[in-house]
Amino acid sequence: MSTATRSLPRTVGAHAILLTYTAIALFPVILVIMNSFKSRAGIFGAPLTPPTPKTFDLIGYTTVIGQGDFIHYFQNSLVVTVASLFFVLLFGAMAAFALSEYRFRGNSLMGLYLALGIMIPIRLGTVAILQLMVASGLVNTLTALILVYTAQGLPLAVFILSEFMKQVSDDLKNAGRIDGLSEYTIFFRLVLPLVRPSMATVAVFTMIPIWNDLWFPLILAPSEETKTVTLGAQLFLGQFVTNWNAILAALSLAIMPVLILYVIFSRQLIRGITSGAVK
Amino acid sequence: MGSLKIENVKKAFGPVEVLKGINLEVTDGEFVVFVGPSGCGKSTLLRVIAGLEDSTSGRVVIDGEDVSATPPAKRGIAMVFQTYALYPHLTVKNNMGLGLKQAGTPTAEIERRIGIASSMLSLEPYLERRPAELSGGQRQRVAIGRAVVREPKLFLFDEPLSNLDAALRVNTRLEIAQLHRRLKATMIYVTHDQVEAMTLADKIVVLNAGRIEQIGGPMELYNSPANEFVAGFIGSPKMNFIDGARLGETAKTIGVRPEHLTVDPKSGSWKGTVVHAEHLGADTNLYLDCEKAGLITVRIFGVYDAEPGATLYATPDPAKTYRFGADGKVLK
Repeated sequence: MSTATRSLPRTVGAHAILLTYTAIALFPVILVIMNSFKSRAGIFGAPLTPPTPKTFDLIGYTTVIGQGDFIHYFQNSLVVTVASLFFVLLFGAMAAFALSEYRFRGNSLMGLYLALGIMIPIRLGTVAILQLMVASGLVNTLTALILVYTAQGLPLAVFILSEFMKQVSDDLKNAGRIDGLSEYTIFFRLVLPLVRPSMATVAVFTMIPIWNDLWFPLILAPSEETKTVTLGAQLFLGQFVTNWNAILAALSLAIMPVLILYVIFSRQLIRGITSGAVK
Repeated sequence: MGSLKIENVKKAFGPVEVLKGINLEVTDGEFVVFVGPSGCGKSTLLRVIAGLEDSTSGRVVIDGEDVSATPPAKRGIAMVFQTYALYPHLTVKNNMGLGLKQAGTPTAEIERRIGIASSMLSLEPYLERRPAELSGGQRQRVAIGRAVVREPKLFLFDEPLSNLDAALRVNTRLEIAQLHRRLKATMIYVTHDQVEAMTLADKIVVLNAGRIEQIGGPMELYNSPANEFVAGFIGSPKMNFIDGARLGETAKTIGVRPEHLTVDPKSGSWKGTVVHAEHLGADTNLYLDCEKAGLITVRIFGVYDAEPGATLYATPDPAKTYRFGADGKVLK
């Protein structure tokens, strides 16, 4: 970097702005995690102080884990998220490959049609989806959720991935064709590894809304068997009494898997977002 | 062994006609270069031969067999791409062997062929490396090796040297020429660089706007171009074209190559002033603004001192002056 852009006030200013933003962004998360380790009195007495030996209490976590089914809710959330993610990435990538690689009549129209879902929230169709699930006997199954989330994630996936797949060198695909590779092998072995960063981007953008969703689990799968974590946490939110310890502990735990997946994907993610801009 | 016949091949992308009826015959063992400005259809023609694009009409015949409906892998061809197009996840060895493996060749035979190809291209030390660990020149050698191990009827090269730097380009050009001499295989080579075309080809096919302008040996094209386009495209610096009327000639255009003009400070056919001089050591390019002929280029062998603004007389060699008619064709 040249010295002209590195004057001290500029550096201090930039860092001050970034640090302020970081503090604002992290504040609620830290508040939740901090208070989850405090007793009820501690939470209400001094919500903004970190747990002291006096207020430290694991009652929230013991309640959540003692509630028994919470592990099961976690499992449900994980199954739904991972399965939906898998299908979104698989079908999204395949559709994107077809759109970017093959010339056929109505190609760009098809691309627009598939991208339409980005602009229309899937929740508008909730009633129809519920009727559909009732008719096909899928209410209160994880399958229902996986189907809905796959549909919800596909438009953005197709849109982003087809842009990236257009950048994969034609020569490479043609070399594969001359060497006798099938179109499937070309797709899975040559193209997919090259668009991995953009797959990670899509994965993160798809995963977080699914993990955090309350709407569809509440409507399509509210049974004890199929509850997800976000729905399960509602258990502690009563009309008259709210078990804040348990809710904060449940939320803290719910952050973990997303955080872990995010860390796994983040290195790829940064490359995905900046590729093209910085070569 | 490896003959190719192209019969009236046409290719259109929607309403845009890229190839407007190409007829061409390549005999076994020939090195044929397709040359032309960008957008002339040379790469498309190569892709049609490879089977990567379907022609709109016409036939492609390899070794007497109509392959118009055969997939690329079954045509008995191998292709080298401008961007190398190596498989990034495979080692050099596996890159070269993949095509044979797909075709079900026994492992021992694959090993044998990779051995021959890698020693031919001095790739032995790199066999276990991945493409990312190789330099540009090495990558292109691997791409050539990948073509060699397939022992194809037809080698197709799509601007293989365009991504290499100047020094490497000369070396790799030499290597391709040696390879052709050694394998005696039929090779088709696409380039926009006329130096590559002149140095490598047995036969040059000059393409322009989807049509073949002329087919012939390098010297044939240089000495007797069929029309104005070929005359301007072959040779560097470009041939000078002068309006016939200004010189009092009956021909529409008069063409003289820069190297077929002589200059003299005292007398000559065309009086002009030096606009710019390029000193290359081995030769000197002078740009003269002539009263009669307009701006022309003169190439003088060796060093020639000429200051911009100086007055010089240029004289064309009458035996090496070309006359073109209104349709661009050479007048005999």
